Amino acid sequence: MELDPIFLSRLQFAFVVSFHAIFPVFTIGLASFIAVLEGIYLKTQNPVWMKLSQFWIKVFAVVFGMGVVSGIVMAFQFGTNWSNFSYISANFLGPILSYEVITAFFLEAAFLGVLLFGRGKVPPGIYLMSAVLVAVGTFISSFWILSANSWMHTPAGVEFRGELLYVTSWTEAIFNASLPYRFAHMGLASFLTGGFVVAGVSAWYLLRGREVEANRKALSMSLWLLLILTPLQAWVGDLHGLNTLEHQPAKVAAMEGNWETRSNVPLLLFAWPDQANQTNHFEIGIPNLASIILKHSADGVVPGLDIVPVEEQPPVWWVFWSFRVMVAIGLLMIAVSVAGLILRMRGKLWTTQWYFRVLQVMSITPFIAVLAGWFTTEIGRGPWLIYGVMTFAEGVTPSLQGWMALTTLIGYIIVYALVFSGGLYYLMRILRDGMEFQPPAHDDELSPHRAKRPFSAADVPLEEGAR
Amino acid sequence: MEPVFDLVPIWAGIIGFGIIMYVLMDGFDLGQGILFPFAPSEEARDVMMNSVAPVWDGNETWLILGGAGLLAAFPLVYSVFLPALYLGVFLMLAGLIFRGVAFEFRFKAKTSRYLWNWSFAGGSMLATFAQGAVVGAYIQGFETENFRYVGGAFDWLTPFSVLTGLGMLAGYALLGSTWLILKSEDYIQQWAYKITPYLLAAVVVVFGIISIWTPLISELVRARWFDQISLIWLLPLGALLSIIVLVRAVLKRQDGMPFVATMALFVFTYLGLAVSKLPYIVPPDYTLWDASSAHSSQLFLLIGLLFVIPFVLMYTAWTYWVFRGKVKAGVGYH
Repeated sequence: MELDPIFLSRLQFAFVVSFHAIFPVFTIGLASFIAVLEGIYLKTQNPVWMKLSQFWIKVFAVVFGMGVVSGIVMAFQFGTNWSNFSYISANFLGPILSYEVITAFFLEAAFLGVLLFGRGKVPPGIYLMSAVLVAVGTFISSFWILSANSWMHTPAGVEFRGELLYVTSWTEAIFNASLPYRFAHMGLASFLTGGFVVAGVSAWYLLRGREVEANRKALSMSLWLLLILTPLQAWVGDLHGLNTLEHQPAKVAAMEGNWETRSNVPLLLFAWPDQANQTNHFEIGIPNLASIILKHSADGVVPGLDIVPVEEQPPVWWVFWSFRVMVAIGLLMIAVSVAGLILRMRGKLWTTQWYFRVLQVMSITPFIAVLAGWFTTEIGRGPWLIYGVMTFAEGVTPSLQGWMALTTLIGYIIVYALVFSGGLYYLMRILRDGMEFQPPAHDDELSPHRAKRPFSAADVPLEEGAR
Repeated sequence: MEPVFDLVPIWAGIIGFGIIMYVLMDGFDLGQGILFPFAPSEEARDVMMNSVAPVWDGNETWLILGGAGLLAAFPLVYSVFLPALYLGVFLMLAGLIFRGVAFEFRFKAKTSRYLWNWSFAGGSMLATFAQGAVVGAYIQGFETENFRYVGGAFDWLTPFSVLTGLGMLAGYALLGSTWLILKSEDYIQQWAYKITPYLLAAVVVVFGIISIWTPLISELVRARWFDQISLIWLLPLGALLSIIVLVRAVLKRQDGMPFVATMALFVFTYLGLAVSKLPYIVPPDYTLWDASSAHSSQLFLLIGLLFVIPFVLMYTAWTYWVFRGKVKAGVGYH
């Protein structure tokens, strides 16, 4: 069997990015939640808010720690597997990715330490400011990453001189056509992830009758947030889709499972795309709806996959199905949020046990939705690495052989599996210990050499009885 | 836009500074991992890890900054070194991840502590060896064509790079043991005093072999050092002086001087290596200027960096100040 370095490198990158992405998506939302909790606490002085904040800071610390560890690999991956791409686009990508590193570096150096270890040691106003700046910092960090990523989808502000790309306009390149939509979509996704996790965990505690007052506050807050954001996300997602239709029509055609350019295109609920024969099997659809959504009229002509040569089509099956998974979860999220409102209006929110169980299960759905959305947009760009400019085959490291990519892929899977199971196990212990757990009194005065590391903010032992 | 002045030397300086910062700082905390299996007691291991726990990740961030900075300022270096060192880079990253996780979990574990000990020691050794091999590969040079690496997967792994890998293990261990002299007391410090001369001997032997070997395999290096005797000979002289100071400091049982002398030894060796090769940054074919990115890209990042670097240096200094003094055995978090 021939090992294809391009396919294996894509798989490896997808694995590393997917694994890494779930941590920042969660911490971005959670950082804002913590900042809000601290703000309310400073205003009301009600200790319940501080208790909540303290607990979620522990969770934040561990997830942030895992994000940092898994992120180290990313800074090197561009060079090891995609050296042609890195070399040719370095004039733009180099500074942008460096700005991301600088932001993260600066953020961790200056404010994360205060948030994790500074309570009671700095004035309350400064503490709140640190919480806010950590939240802002996570957003700036993601802005740079998304700018780089969006540029690969909708390149602008650059030109070839000889073999290399040169930046002709930094503003055009940074604020490229798809950035606003992608940034809004990802930002909302982060808030939704934070919201559903907080709601799910709070519901888990409420089912067990633990820390009822605090957890009711957290659950109620996140339900209001989700009620506003879930429909908003559907709207922004639609705008993002229209933007994609303008710039990457083949991707939208793959999302719709639409093989030929025509009018009156149905919205397919189910289909089995068959790329070899350029057709679908077992189609079930709503007549005209895709035309109406994309062109706002039933006889609007929607581009199909036939607008590009067969070899320039993305892998349709993956794009089609991951898009459906994302949308289905999005609709489910709206339904669950509205159900919360109905229960609340009937005064049954705190007595409806099944709803708490639903929320518990829902807490994993945003991660699936984010990954599915990520697959849709990234697989859908194929075969382009920089859309319309450079293919995956042109960007891959020339000296890379299939077995090398395979070896390191397996290696990363093993390393990450170990790290992830350790981190997840530890996170479970923190959740189980909950807010009741008080850190032992020895702490800071006695131990000036305590590590200022994210995990040491969570004072929970790894094993039973190791306290 | 016409370049007003050449940013390439400035960026070479920034990257060069970043690399030596990384080597000195992560060097002594990787050194703790290398010495870990030989520590006299579990309590000593607690002290060793506690002595670097507050600072190690800040130290490691210089590596990430270096990687991103290379892509921005010298993309050719980034896109030749990483493919050429493909498997070595993976080993280094895996090593760094394992030891990073050990930092988080070792103090929270009890029955599984030995696993985190191994994770810390193994990860540190792996990462150190890989970094040493990178130095060896750099001295050997890379097979390139049309600005691309065209060599094989194991070109970097030669007897020479194995030697530089071992040299790096000895060097970081020496940084580690002298750091431990500074940060520990009682029997742990005595142990660090005891092993330091052996580690120094290993370093001197390996560095000596490298110094003889390098001019033999590289025409450029030979010409630079032997065609005319110049000021660069002050660098090996400085290294020799550092060794003498180090030996005297250990004999007199001084606390801080051994670490300072070891750092000086590293700086002189590093500068000696740099003057051997510059301006070739992707030897044997490409200079700093061949490897650099566009002027506007270098300028764009430089603006941000000039703003942030002072803060980072101040914060780094402050962290070390806060955690100054001896690490007491038995205190820490358990």
